[in-house]
Amino acid sequence: MQDDGYGIDKKRRHFLTAAATVVGGAGVLATAVPFVSTLSPSARTKAIGGPVEADISKLKPGEMQIEKWRGKPVWILRRSEESIAELAEMVDSLRDPESDVEQQPEYAKNGHRSVNPEYLVVVGLCTHLGCSPKYRSKNEGEEFGADWKGGFFCPCHGSTFDLAGRVFKGVPAPANLLVPKYQFISETKILIGDDTGSDQGVSS
Amino acid sequence: MNKLINGGMKLLNNSLGWIDDRFPLTKTWNEHLAQYYAPKNFNFWYYFGSLALMVLVIQIVTGIWLTMNYKPSAEHAFASVEYIMRDVDWGWWIRYMHSTGSSAFFIVVYLHMFRALMYGSFKRPRELLWLTGMFIYLILMAEAFFGYLLPWGQMSYWGAQVIISLFGAIPFVGTELAEWIRGDYVVSDVTLNRFFSFHVIAVPLVLCGLVGLHIFALHEVGSNNPDGVEIKKQKDANGIPMDGIPFHPYYTVKDIVGVVVFLIFFCLVVFFNPEMGGYFLEHANFIPADPLKTPEHIAPVWYFTPFYAILRAVPDKLGGVIAMGAATLIFMTLPWIDRSPVKSIRYRGWKYRTALAMFTISFIILGWLGAQVATPNVTLGSRIFTIIYFLFFLLMPFYTANDTDKPVPDRTT
Repeated sequence: MQDDGYGIDKKRRHFLTAAATVVGGAGVLATAVPFVSTLSPSARTKAIGGPVEADISKLKPGEMQIEKWRGKPVWILRRSEESIAELAEMVDSLRDPESDVEQQPEYAKNGHRSVNPEYLVVVGLCTHLGCSPKYRSKNEGEEFGADWKGGFFCPCHGSTFDLAGRVFKGVPAPANLLVPKYQFISETKILIGDDTGSDQGVSS
Repeated sequence: MNKLINGGMKLLNNSLGWIDDRFPLTKTWNEHLAQYYAPKNFNFWYYFGSLALMVLVIQIVTGIWLTMNYKPSAEHAFASVEYIMRDVDWGWWIRYMHSTGSSAFFIVVYLHMFRALMYGSFKRPRELLWLTGMFIYLILMAEAFFGYLLPWGQMSYWGAQVIISLFGAIPFVGTELAEWIRGDYVVSDVTLNRFFSFHVIAVPLVLCGLVGLHIFALHEVGSNNPDGVEIKKQKDANGIPMDGIPFHPYYTVKDIVGVVVFLIFFCLVVFFNPEMGGYFLEHANFIPADPLKTPEHIAPVWYFTPFYAILRAVPDKLGGVIAMGAATLIFMTLPWIDRSPVKSIRYRGWKYRTALAMFTISFIILGWLGAQVATPNVTLGSRIFTIIYFLFFLLMPFYTANDTDKPVPDRTT
């Protein structure tokens, strides 16, 4: 027994302090797990985030419809033949024309960023700070210059995207708009948020 | 009659004695008020500490009352605020007190901070006083941000969306972190519910604790004053600072006059102009939150606009977030980067005076720019004034080291 003359067992005190600190500290760390975890999306939130079906039978060329998936706006844009042809002309003014950044499933990594060239499906939230950009058709884009071929404009910080959701150079948004997983379940129906079982694979 | 009064006094003294034997009531009263000696030369700028404390009380009391009728759910939040405004007796008054109070809080705190910059109140030995104050400021910003989501208007929604997205700029963990903060893939009912919890319980508790620390730290080192003279260095035979006067009754009386004048202006806003032309309550927030549609022009409330302008000035997502964070945190370095031996602007040289003036102008102009639509000219202006803002701090070790400071008197003037 280590004794300092007052009958104090310092060794024992040190042992108790160390043991209580280690065990208590482990307890505190373990307690942090539930407190941190409850803040993550709950089972119900995840379930509500399941896939949604969109009926596109009434969509005309040049028109866009908005669906809600996981609370986010998902745009389905039907591009005209002319617009599809013009996508290739954009390449020089785009930051990521080849869609190298993983902002889309493999089957949307192509010149039109979609399964079917006619239909663009993207999450309508700017990749900068999450505002929802506005659709501006070819005739509504005077302020973007004479060669505006139609696209999207974010009112918050001025980012612009083309009709394939590809970001233009020199704007604050760092990446192309996100293409969610999706598949055509019939000629006129799209399932957003799920691509399992589809044979769309990698389109050209 | 006299007998009765004497008897009453005796009873009061006896019960005070009874309490003092068990709780340091008289001791605390003396230490913090009746025998707490503050410099005798406080001026106009010394109102804002006590005013901040009073606004805090207004916010807590009106907040408790709002909570009685507010419903923190995406479905009912907007309608419950309208219910408070239209159907609850005096509900509009409680709410306008609270919304005006939040802007008043920042006005008072900004003036309080500016006072510290003018008179060097952040300098040794008041470094911890300054740091606790800075933590109060940061926590106050968090409190305001959480509270702003609660009315569930368009600006509430998209403001929160933008600010939470800032965390998404952090490399590797950003997306998951933003999802964890929201508790959902987008700002939703889940987010609203937890922000309510933070706004009414967690953050106010921390805020009150920090205010306590701030006052403890103040009463340990004592107040600075417009001359930047340490009054504790010149004491009389009784050990009382010769330039000090007891806080009570001298400054309690001064402060209640300040409170009354402040409240007159406060009431003018509450009763006649609670929206303040869209600066205190933004127009877009009278439209319910729509997750599918962003308003044409979004800007934060005025007290965040200087930092928002700095965010927009940087043409890179992560860089903008870092610059904005740095702009708020850099205040904490002041006690160590200011190398002048002089505290008060009264005896500082032209260099610090010029720097402080330019910084103040930049802060105000950035605040204005942050509320405008981001045109190329606005962005250019933001960049110029962001640079001036940061140069105030970055060059401080140099221009304060060899400034043309004047001699500081021994006593207050």
